[in-house]
Amino acid sequence: MNLGLSNVRAMIAGDSQADRVVPPSGFTARLTVFAAAAMAFLAVFALALSLASGRLAARWGDELARSATIRIVAPLDQRAAQTDAALRVLETWRGVASARALTDAEQQALLAPWFGPELALDSLPVPRLIELISEPEGFDAAGLRLRLAAEVPGAVLDDHSRWREPLVAAASRLRLLGWLSTLLIAATMAAIVTLAANAALSANAQVIAVLRLVGATDGYIARAFIRRFTLRALAGATLGMLVGGAAVWLLPSAASEAGFLTGLGIEGWRWLLLLLIPLLAAAVAFGATGAAARRTLKELE
Amino acid sequence: MIELENVAYSYGGGELLSDISLKLAAGSFHFLTGPSGTGKTTLLKLCYGALLPTAGHVRLFDRDVRGLERDDIAMMRRRIGVVHQDVKFLDHMPLSDNVSLPLTVSGRHAEAAGADLDELMSWVGLTSRMQALPPELSGGERQRAALARAVIMSPDVVLADEPTGNIDWEMSQRLLRLLIELNRMGKTVLIATHDLSLIRATKAHVQARVLRIANRRLQLAGADL
Repeated sequence: MNLGLSNVRAMIAGDSQADRVVPPSGFTARLTVFAAAAMAFLAVFALALSLASGRLAARWGDELARSATIRIVAPLDQRAAQTDAALRVLETWRGVASARALTDAEQQALLAPWFGPELALDSLPVPRLIELISEPEGFDAAGLRLRLAAEVPGAVLDDHSRWREPLVAAASRLRLLGWLSTLLIAATMAAIVTLAANAALSANAQVIAVLRLVGATDGYIARAFIRRFTLRALAGATLGMLVGGAAVWLLPSAASEAGFLTGLGIEGWRWLLLLLIPLLAAAVAFGATGAAARRTLKELE
Repeated sequence: MIELENVAYSYGGGELLSDISLKLAAGSFHFLTGPSGTGKTTLLKLCYGALLPTAGHVRLFDRDVRGLERDDIAMMRRRIGVVHQDVKFLDHMPLSDNVSLPLTVSGRHAEAAGADLDELMSWVGLTSRMQALPPELSGGERQRAALARAVIMSPDVVLADEPTGNIDWEMSQRLLRLLIELNRMGKTVLIATHDLSLIRATKAHVQARVLRIANRRLQLAGADL
């Protein structure tokens, strides 16, 4: 049985007469549409998860990698002097794009979740924080630590690597899981469509016998079934994709109160990726039904 | 057209047909007779490639069926019209679509909807039943519709397996006249039947060769027929 390019073209072009030879009704039709819709709905979320975790990994990996913090832990009367000394070192340190000391208001805002907004920073031995942004090529953190140790004894450099690396690893793993989920969804849909196609082919053994009797080739018979299941999967997956897309679109915006879950949305041109879901579902149904048809037609010899 | 040479066919460990040789020449008319269960249907199936012989050779239009792919056999069947006793249709499609199904599967849709179909349905007396669904047809109507479907591609050979088995005498005579008419148009006809009166009625109108299956072998039937 030939299911090559010409047959794919013939299938896409359609044949209204050939479409009619397979009985239109049956639970397999509803099963295929429902399975395709459900899988497409889940695929939208898997895709959104993959994209969000990809963004997260990029942010933690790239943007935070370019920032570091220096804490000036010194007696109150020496804190300002040591802060100035540290900033002077940073001004000339290779690879440092910018550095600035956080204002009292900024530090108060950072501590507010723990101590409340009325905190008087002057009364507490709170270290002064310096935010450091590096050039894209980075800076020599080990060398800077040695220099600060010599010139600013109260300075402690934290380049975030200690907590950033496991987070980047987790985000990358999450992205991998997202893609793995997408693959599993495609495989599950292929399995369901295969079962439905097998059931339809078995239930229509008499139709196949009649078609063979009047001179239908296996390719013709297979195309009639493949086209039907492919179109059902395409319709179901389109519906599932639209509902899933709407659900993702209605999620809280990533720009609102920060948090991973609020960042699950899909941004910009990546919405177009959703269009691939129905096409992939149709391709999966095409392949699965083709394989089922080849096997069944061989068994019905 | 169709040639069987020393053909044997075994099924379930036993040999059903043995050393069968048969040649269906163009324009010939044959009857195949014998008691039920002697292998008439099996022999017909061998004649259109639905079964492969366990020994010997079956040639369809000068090609050995063993060397044919499934699609080749499908192409051969477009040149062989088959009428079964328990004729099968696609029950969800109207009769006109069922009769024109051989044209549909061979990509000749335009002809399927054309004047040829009307003429053919008129020939078998089913013009008024074109839009009926197969389950709505009587036994005689089904047999005539099967004949119409079998000949719509203008095949070289028509094989009929007990075509009058489920219908009354008057209807079977009508069907027989249609088959004789086809033979006069140059078609090769082979009818498998256990109804000897049908054979006698036919011999008055056409020169038919009568074959009988007995003891797994094919014999030329005697003058008693």
